[in-house]
Amino acid sequence: MATDPQKIGRAQLLHVAHLARLELREDELDRLEGQLNDILAAVSKVSELDLSDVPPTSHPLDVVNVWDDDEPRPCLSVEDALANAPEREGDFFKVPPGGAA
Amino acid sequence: MIDTLRLSAEEAKRLLDAREISGAELFAAYGAAIDDRDEELHCYLHRCDDPGGDGLPIALKDVIGTQGIPTTAGSRILEGYVPVYDSTVVERLKAHGLRILGKTNTDEFAMGSSTENSAFGPSHNPWDPSRVPGGSGGGSAAAVTGGLAPWALGSDTGGSIKQPSALCGNVGLRPTYGTVSRYGIVAFASSLDQVGPVARTVRDCAYLYSIIAGRDPCDSTTVELPHPVELPEAVDVRGLRIGVPKELNEAEGIEPGVTEAVRAAIAKLEELGAEVGECSLPLSVEYGMACYYLISPAEASSNLARYDGVRYGYRADAAERLEMYKRTRDEGFGDEPKRRIMVGTYALSAGYYDAYYGQAQKVRTVIKREHDALLETFDALVSPTSPTVAFPLGARTADPLAMYLSDLLTIPSCMAGLPGLSIPCGLSEGLPVGLQLVGPQFAENTLFRIGHALEQAIGFDSVPERLRT
Repeated sequence: MATDPQKIGRAQLLHVAHLARLELREDELDRLEGQLNDILAAVSKVSELDLSDVPPTSHPLDVVNVWDDDEPRPCLSVEDALANAPEREGDFFKVPPGGAA
Repeated sequence: MIDTLRLSAEEAKRLLDAREISGAELFAAYGAAIDDRDEELHCYLHRCDDPGGDGLPIALKDVIGTQGIPTTAGSRILEGYVPVYDSTVVERLKAHGLRILGKTNTDEFAMGSSTENSAFGPSHNPWDPSRVPGGSGGGSAAAVTGGLAPWALGSDTGGSIKQPSALCGNVGLRPTYGTVSRYGIVAFASSLDQVGPVARTVRDCAYLYSIIAGRDPCDSTTVELPHPVELPEAVDVRGLRIGVPKELNEAEGIEPGVTEAVRAAIAKLEELGAEVGECSLPLSVEYGMACYYLISPAEASSNLARYDGVRYGYRADAAERLEMYKRTRDEGFGDEPKRRIMVGTYALSAGYYDAYYGQAQKVRTVIKREHDALLETFDALVSPTSPTVAFPLGARTADPLAMYLSDLLTIPSCMAGLPGLSIPCGLSEGLPVGLQLVGPQFAENTLFRIGHALEQAIGFDSVPERLRT
């Protein structure tokens, strides 16, 4: 049996949503609370195994550091980089002013 | 008259080379097929005009960045986004003269197993339009089976190439992690994402793989192939040892008709000269899903942080910046990306990291070791690709966990970074059954050889019965 994970309550849900920069509507929060708890209960299965002496795998290949010669090559123009900007001013991306974060 | 339902890419190339058909005629034939059938199948999110030339046409899953051609990843948050550069795979296709027919439908950010998570509506299975084509790459798979493209590219994180190929009855390869560049691809879970081919035959699949594979200076996780891709010729599999992992073949939820078709194919492998033996992956199947649904959302929550309404894509109106970020992401993302962002953010957050993400990474080591050990004894492992045939639209949308189980059999080898090929091996209830072959890293040639021999022996008719004339 999986260890029963701590249930996520509304306050924690809102905290995680803030970390993820998601403003969730009330109806979404209602739905997500149940779904997230179901999903976390299922994935908590990983805690059944005692793996204290097993190293983690972050990447499936044994990769080595790749060194490339430091040669200049063409890159995006300013116009291309800004081509998809929702809003720009001159050569800058324009965003609303920062409020209390 | 060009029959796009039956024409292989190999045959199309022969006709072009012999000048029996022109490039324009070929492109137009697929255009006509799209006109005829895409209203019903909804494979394409965007269609392209013929850029001219005599190369083969190809369809691309809409997570693959294409200069000057909209790329949405099936999400409202990228609606209207037009990349200013080509992904490396597209550069390679163009260098071979290939011409883009259009961009195909996908579950939003490739998160799903049915295309029902696409913000632009689902695709439909050419065998039975009331059923899903699989996902996330259902648009590419349905396009190839429906004759709306000779072949296509997909992307696979936990089964998004192999599972739709199985449900649509065609050939899909998830390549060894690191063999195909991800530069310019919309990222989902970077330690798992791989681009790969979808085709009507194993030889076409191998040929397309040979075009896209190889090291790319723009993607430092890529490596050079240790040996060149070989187009399979042999019609036997003598000398090869093929393992039948018990857990992948007897898992709860595998439909009897799927088991029957796969068992018949395994018997054929023995007739073709393979040495077949039972084996076991006790932990990989039992813990694979839990491991995958921690690691992939964790990586997704990080990758999807870039959609903030600043540089590209959708932006919501708001007076302050933080509010703008939050509203943009709430209005731009659909339910499934939000669920995964929330799970991933939680699994990575202070106090929970070790128990969830850290532990999942250790489970991944266990899965990798288990596969590596088996593949010292066997040249390939065989199982069903999907536990079920194509399911009805709507059947799994209410329960995210039921949808996640669609990838039960494809996930373990993805976690281990191994290549997997799905080929059609028969019908169950009139719908295609996919057979999955998994090999050691860089063993694509072995998978192509087995797949080709089996394909010839089975003689599966890849044209859906309802479209046969």
